[in-house]
Amino acid sequence: MAAATDRTTGRRLPWARTVFWLYIVTLMLPLLWMFGMSIRPNEDILGSFSLIPQRVTFDNYVTFFTDSSWYSSYLNSIIYTSLNAVMSLIVALPAAYAFSRFRFAGDKHLFFWLLTNRMAPPAVFLLPFFQIYQSVGLFDTHLGVAIAHMLFNVPLAVWILEGFMSGIPREIDETAAIDGYSLPRFFVRIFLPMIRSAIGVTLFFCFMFSWVELLIARTITSVDAKPIAATMTRTVSAAGVDWALLATAGVLTIVPGAIVIWFVRNYIAKGFTMGRV
Amino acid sequence: MRLARAARRKGPGVSEESAPRAGGEVAVAEAPAEDERRPVLKRKDNRAWWLVLPVVVSVAFTAVIPLMTVVNFSVQDVFGPNDRVFVGLEWFRSVARDPEVRAALVRTLLFSAQVLLLEIPLGVALAVCMPRRGVQVSVALVLVALPLLIPWNVVGTIWQIFARGDIGLGGWTINNVLGVNFNYTLDSTDAWITVLVMDVWHWTPLVALLAYAGLRSIPEPYFQAAQIDGASAWSTFRHIQLPRLRGVLTIAILLRFMDSFMIYTEPFVVTGGGPGNATSFLSILLSKIAVGQFDLGPAGAFSLLYFLIVQILCYVFFTVLTRSGR
Repeated sequence: MAAATDRTTGRRLPWARTVFWLYIVTLMLPLLWMFGMSIRPNEDILGSFSLIPQRVTFDNYVTFFTDSSWYSSYLNSIIYTSLNAVMSLIVALPAAYAFSRFRFAGDKHLFFWLLTNRMAPPAVFLLPFFQIYQSVGLFDTHLGVAIAHMLFNVPLAVWILEGFMSGIPREIDETAAIDGYSLPRFFVRIFLPMIRSAIGVTLFFCFMFSWVELLIARTITSVDAKPIAATMTRTVSAAGVDWALLATAGVLTIVPGAIVIWFVRNYIAKGFTMGRV
Repeated sequence: MRLARAARRKGPGVSEESAPRAGGEVAVAEAPAEDERRPVLKRKDNRAWWLVLPVVVSVAFTAVIPLMTVVNFSVQDVFGPNDRVFVGLEWFRSVARDPEVRAALVRTLLFSAQVLLLEIPLGVALAVCMPRRGVQVSVALVLVALPLLIPWNVVGTIWQIFARGDIGLGGWTINNVLGVNFNYTLDSTDAWITVLVMDVWHWTPLVALLAYAGLRSIPEPYFQAAQIDGASAWSTFRHIQLPRLRGVLTIAILLRFMDSFMIYTEPFVVTGGGPGNATSFLSILLSKIAVGQFDLGPAGAFSLLYFLIVQILCYVFFTVLTRSGR
């Protein structure tokens, strides 16, 4: 495609690359600023404005990884996010297949209804969530948060997967059926490998939306499954905000996501949009 | 949707008819007729409900039960756990008439409109400019995606500091280098701009990633054809790339609309809805009523109306985007 554009236009806008990297630099500025804050002592942050840290210290990172309330909530977030991504995917796969392959009573309404669940305003749902998860014993468990986050991740996963699957010809299914494959066996042995990239992309999006969500996760947890983002609100104390520690936690919350996207980058770059998506 | 319609027109015998074809993709290229443009034709089978069942159950548990609770709140005046009065649609009426709610609705609509107008073109432009070969691709993708992976309250925190006039790089630069007086905690325009810029910073990458993926899926022959016709860069974009992006842009627009219309955490952290009511969006007002004042009745009615507005608007977007331009 790159070659195509080059050849097509003959003059693939020479400034395009420059504009892009300039944008990246702008994009990075707030992040670099946060990183800068995480490696200087609090007095220096609040004392005066300086572009380059006067004194560099990694104390905040040491604090983060030695204080169990910090690193355990970090682990909590990773656990429920991964759990959610896997569960959303498992639930969404057959549904997406159904939507892409069959017409059934109420299919279109069901599809749109699924999407509408992404639109529920969270503020008022918090209280019912709290009550329900407490009454079924899922309060303050990783599983509980993972299930709660399926609210917005399952519809999204179905949506993305359906688009990919619709791009794969039906003839494949039929040929497999003639060859004697049962539907489950065909699905696992042939179909899933074909939509590998879709699965990668879906996992990324589920991970991302679950990782960044705070309101619901905070409401239905207290200690054992407390998300890192909720622990971060703790840095506000009588002595003011511990900006440096807050920035440190902020920097570290980016790391898991960055690792995930590193693994799925090729899927995004290649066949992300085989189907309608 | 389009698919289903095509299949319906052809009737149930459709799969047998299409079976001898070499493959869906080929059929698309050779026979661009309306009915055969899509590679997959669907068969009617109500047993497919079994495949959808897990999704329905999980979403019912996470969405329907809480929703019913909210409906329950919205028609009652709750004084205590066992002390409540049925008030019918009273809360809906009072919420719909509340000038504060109306002002917040206008504000939120304006915000969503600005977000879409800025982020969609910017995202597409970025995607077009993004490198397509070598290590640069990986680096670019990871860097572009970074803002998406930051928890929303952290995004708020980052901008809360970054935009501060005294110790933040962004605010400091505007004040001291550009010489404009900028203070988002006091000036409502500055607060609005801060929240808007934050959202553009935060979410344009999503549009860019989707658009980039869409661009990558355009087959080579399209460009060769354009080259033969001597198309300019702009007309290649306008007539080849943009139409092929409609699918991903539908998703991008819908996602961005939903999320910007419901934006809560980031402006709450940065401005808390202020100064005054300048950045008090619907969700911030709602949580003030629900969590701050604990007025569950009005809050329930409010969120149902809110939910309804989002759904109607999304339905309109969805319909327009999936039906038009064919």
